[in-house]
Amino acid sequence: MPETKPVLMQGNEACAAGAINAGVRFYAGYPITPSTEVAEQMAARLPEIGGVFIQMEDEIASMAAVIGASIGGMRTLTATSGPGFSLKQENLGYAIMAEIPCVVVNVQRMGPSTGVPTAPAQGDVMQARWGTHGDHPIIVFCPASVYESYYLTIAAVNLSQKLRQPIIVLLDEVIGHMREKVLIPEGKLMVERSSDKDVPSDYKPYDEKGIAPLVPFGFGHYYHVTGLFHDQYGFPTGDPPQVERALDRIHEKLEKYRDEIVLTNYIGHKEPRVAVVAYGCTVRSARAVVKKAYWQNRMPVGLLSLQTVWPFPAEEIEALAKKVDVIIVPEMNMGQLVGEVERYARGEAKVVPLNRYDGEMISPDQISEEVGRWL
Amino acid sequence: MGNRQEILLTGAGGQGLILASIVLAAAAVEDNKNVVQTQSYGPEARGGASMAGVIIDVDTIEYPKVTKPTVLLCMNQTSFNKYLPKVEPSCIIIADSTFVSGSYSEEYKVQLYPITRSAKEELGKEVVANMLALGVINAASGLVDREIFRGSIFKFAPKGSGELNQKAFDLGYRLYEEGSGQDIEASAQTPRQ
Repeated sequence: MPETKPVLMQGNEACAAGAINAGVRFYAGYPITPSTEVAEQMAARLPEIGGVFIQMEDEIASMAAVIGASIGGMRTLTATSGPGFSLKQENLGYAIMAEIPCVVVNVQRMGPSTGVPTAPAQGDVMQARWGTHGDHPIIVFCPASVYESYYLTIAAVNLSQKLRQPIIVLLDEVIGHMREKVLIPEGKLMVERSSDKDVPSDYKPYDEKGIAPLVPFGFGHYYHVTGLFHDQYGFPTGDPPQVERALDRIHEKLEKYRDEIVLTNYIGHKEPRVAVVAYGCTVRSARAVVKKAYWQNRMPVGLLSLQTVWPFPAEEIEALAKKVDVIIVPEMNMGQLVGEVERYARGEAKVVPLNRYDGEMISPDQISEEVGRWL
Repeated sequence: MGNRQEILLTGAGGQGLILASIVLAAAAVEDNKNVVQTQSYGPEARGGASMAGVIIDVDTIEYPKVTKPTVLLCMNQTSFNKYLPKVEPSCIIIADSTFVSGSYSEEYKVQLYPITRSAKEELGKEVVANMLALGVINAASGLVDREIFRGSIFKFAPKGSGELNQKAFDLGYRLYEEGSGQDIEASAQTPRQ
């Protein structure tokens, strides 16, 4: 690998750079603050490398274009923020059902509705999970730095291809807009998806045995693509056993590859009494507190940061809850992921929400104060 | 955190403060320091007040927002009135005397330089006032190696204006060496917004 030089980069730019290095060559979107820089970068870079950038008429069409390009064999990306993310939900559900890979970046801003376009928030955590209807599987990554924005986008693109599963990169305004020193490795970081060269003549795009390779549409194998429940060939079915089996199968994909999907990181005391569970930009404030409390003052404090928020890191929370007395969950919303933490703490630890929803970042002082209360 | 430097660049939209913060941050990266840069977005950045923050540290930087500025630049009166009361007296405060006047609390050591006026009169271009301000800041605080900083300025300047921008940066050093002007008086009253 060539020598890596540190550069100053913005979270949104890193997201675009990651996508390109992971082989994304198609972007369709409708620019919206605070995600616009992703589109800006893709518009500048994709035409230079033989890719396609399209600004569509709205977010619904953007999502549709991404799905079309993806089933045509391209690696795809779209980026938006809250109001646009709402519009993408219907087609996102379609992509999940039809098992068409794609990556959707949502740079969260203060909502509901058009809210405060330039203020950070973490209000779309539940929308990312349940925004589209039905019992669907979803993967959501939540970067806490410019570098994480880069590598989680790469992971999202590659995993999305491997699992034929749409993935959401849930940034927030702070991480999307801040610039930071990062080391970006040179070269492509593209994991090839399973080959579609040797598929049998009896190609089953929705093979019930697992994840069938996706043969680009129009490349020798003709199959049916639908949002309706479908059989192994893609044709609609309402047959109860087949419906149940199909829904189980798309969920099993994520369970089988859990180790590659669920990413968390613990820092701090080995036997903590108080732990913070955080994701996105809030991790930074929490880390500042834990660094001071544990490294400087050896206090029994720890931080579990979640790079993956969905599927929810249930096992990690269960294990943490058995060790600690109190889990503090700082979120820049009125309390969303805290419910899940409470659910998997199973009464083993007291779960305390710490919420801020005025469009400002949670400060280290706020977390420090809450941690101090329970020590 | 004795190594942590927090620089707040404030003024009006259009004075080039956000670009200045990016140039400063990029220079600090070149100088092998850890850096985070943030800026104000939104309506206030489009014609109204503009603010950009840079944090430079040898340690990794967690919380990305400037909370205790060690260097404050005020490029207009509004920002001077707004941010001066928010900083510690130990903060290095640099203001552009072209736009800033009036009284302030004497506990602050405010350094006044005719930043925009010098850019206009000596270099014929008001737009390089931001790079001139960076020269003053770096001369006063020694944040980044001077030559590395000049290189960063050249890289970010629009094609053909690299040398002019470097000249502005050097002029900032000269203004600093010549010393701060005393054209506004200190009083016991801190102006409020």
